[in-house]
Amino acid sequence: MVALTDEEKAMRDGRDGDAVAAAMDLLVRYADALGAEHLCETRNVAGTNTQPSPAKTKLFEEGGWSKAFAVISLDCDDDIEVPPMKVPTCQLQHGFGEDARGIMPYSERAIELQADAESFYSSKGVNILATCTPYQVGNLPTYGEHIAWMESSAVVYANSVLGARTNCEGGASTGAASLTGRIPCWGNHLVENRYGTHLIESGVRIDGFQDWGMFGYFVGDVVQEARPVVTGELGQPDLADLKHFGAAAASSGGVEMYHIPGRTPDAPTLEAAFGGAALPEPVRYGAAERRAVYESLNSIGDSEDVDFVLIGCPHATLEQIGRVARALDGRTLSPGSELWVMTPRALRAVADRNGWTATIERAGGRVLTDSCPAMSRVAPAGTEVFATDSAKQAHYLPAILGIEAWFGTTEECVDAAVTGRWRGSLAPAEVVR
Amino acid sequence: MSGPTSDVAQSGRLVFRGRGIVPGRAEGEALVSHETISGWGGIDPATGTIIERRHELCGVCFTGKVLVFPGAKGSSGWSGFFQATRLLGTAPLAMVFTHLTTKAALGAIVTRVPTVTDFADDDPVAGIQTGDRVEVDGDTGLVIVHGRLPRA
Repeated sequence: MVALTDEEKAMRDGRDGDAVAAAMDLLVRYADALGAEHLCETRNVAGTNTQPSPAKTKLFEEGGWSKAFAVISLDCDDDIEVPPMKVPTCQLQHGFGEDARGIMPYSERAIELQADAESFYSSKGVNILATCTPYQVGNLPTYGEHIAWMESSAVVYANSVLGARTNCEGGASTGAASLTGRIPCWGNHLVENRYGTHLIESGVRIDGFQDWGMFGYFVGDVVQEARPVVTGELGQPDLADLKHFGAAAASSGGVEMYHIPGRTPDAPTLEAAFGGAALPEPVRYGAAERRAVYESLNSIGDSEDVDFVLIGCPHATLEQIGRVARALDGRTLSPGSELWVMTPRALRAVADRNGWTATIERAGGRVLTDSCPAMSRVAPAGTEVFATDSAKQAHYLPAILGIEAWFGTTEECVDAAVTGRWRGSLAPAEVVR
Repeated sequence: MSGPTSDVAQSGRLVFRGRGIVPGRAEGEALVSHETISGWGGIDPATGTIIERRHELCGVCFTGKVLVFPGAKGSSGWSGFFQATRLLGTAPLAMVFTHLTTKAALGAIVTRVPTVTDFADDDPVAGIQTGDRVEVDGDTGLVIVHGRLPRA
């Protein structure tokens, strides 16, 4: 049984009202299921409340957003008043908002319901960041901070790149954490569970956005839910590279934590990454493995007539938006082609300001916010073949929408939108050992 | 590996000893998945079926079955998708899984069906087959196979 502090017992026993009591009850059931010995304090929650799923819409129609929050986010059937969030809480990506209106087959009702949910949750103190990359726009955890996050690509980024500590939480655990400032102290919250388990050594140089994504896709497939330590001839990755690497590893596998010795904060050295334990036999990533990943990500593509290009999974950095704008400057999309760049609304404001949005829109592309085709289960009307520079989106979208997929570099994707044809090919590997 | 430890008792029952994480008792027909299951992008809560294209049970409905599987994979939406099966009336009858993660633990709780995990000796995914009549006791942590289909 999880041991509660006096403060936690008071919350459980109703001192702070029914909703907080229900939240603590859920956390106790969850902690006991995990076998957690105690809860940890958190002041950073990233969850998801606002997207109107069919089940949520049904509850909303029965009893408003309070009812939906009680049932879905607290696992509680009582009629309760939702109090203000006790600790800072943000909304992750959700459905498309008003910028989608009229340009895709997405229901007006869903846009309206989500706007209504946003008003409700904002009034309770939830920051509507509306992105899978909260660490880009106002929620940057510090090293060692205990946080309660959902979204697999954000969880792996927070644990690995930032050195914050979170498990892959869900809708109910983040709901309960927002009202209590507590989450079970289990798994990734404990230092002994954060050391590496597998050693992956690259024999080819890893540099640039595409190669980091393919390497991540390989690593996730090899280790599944374990904790890889990756070494080899690695270039200096930037935010977009590691965002792509982690998202890919959390798609082909369930990686929540990795180490790159000398690059990520829990791994100053290879030895530190393994906590001083004996190093496991390395698994090698060479030119053949790289080629196999590329072919796997392109195995759903058949027709070379591309009608849709998607950039920004996870949501694009400013540099990624700039890269698309530079590649599109002075060009025009093929008739019938669409190109979407997904980014947080706060970054879209910067892209508007410095002219990148205008460049992309002049060519016929769009910079969109809040969501993505996979989250909202929507693509431009009539899409049959799409191209993306994201291993994660190439992994998920064909299954979700029943369309074909091509995976390539950002520039190859932009070219496909301009010409309407897929002409991507894998650049030769730079074999270093 | 040894056979099912436990009391292949007098009656010929198979008993798997684990830890109950959602209380309650249920008895029904087993549906066994040898692969982990995705929530978001892996199941359709409206129909209670597995929809992941490459999955061994793609197209199979788990509603009202004792779902026996190795664990959860994929998105953090896992628990929310299984919770939706409860809200839409398509939930499994009980859950038995071997690999405990936050996704699967929270998912079982919000699906509110008797659930057992943490098996000490034997692997129920290997020992139970689809169609077996299985009792899941979330209070005692016992999973008991009462009647089984003739083995091929």
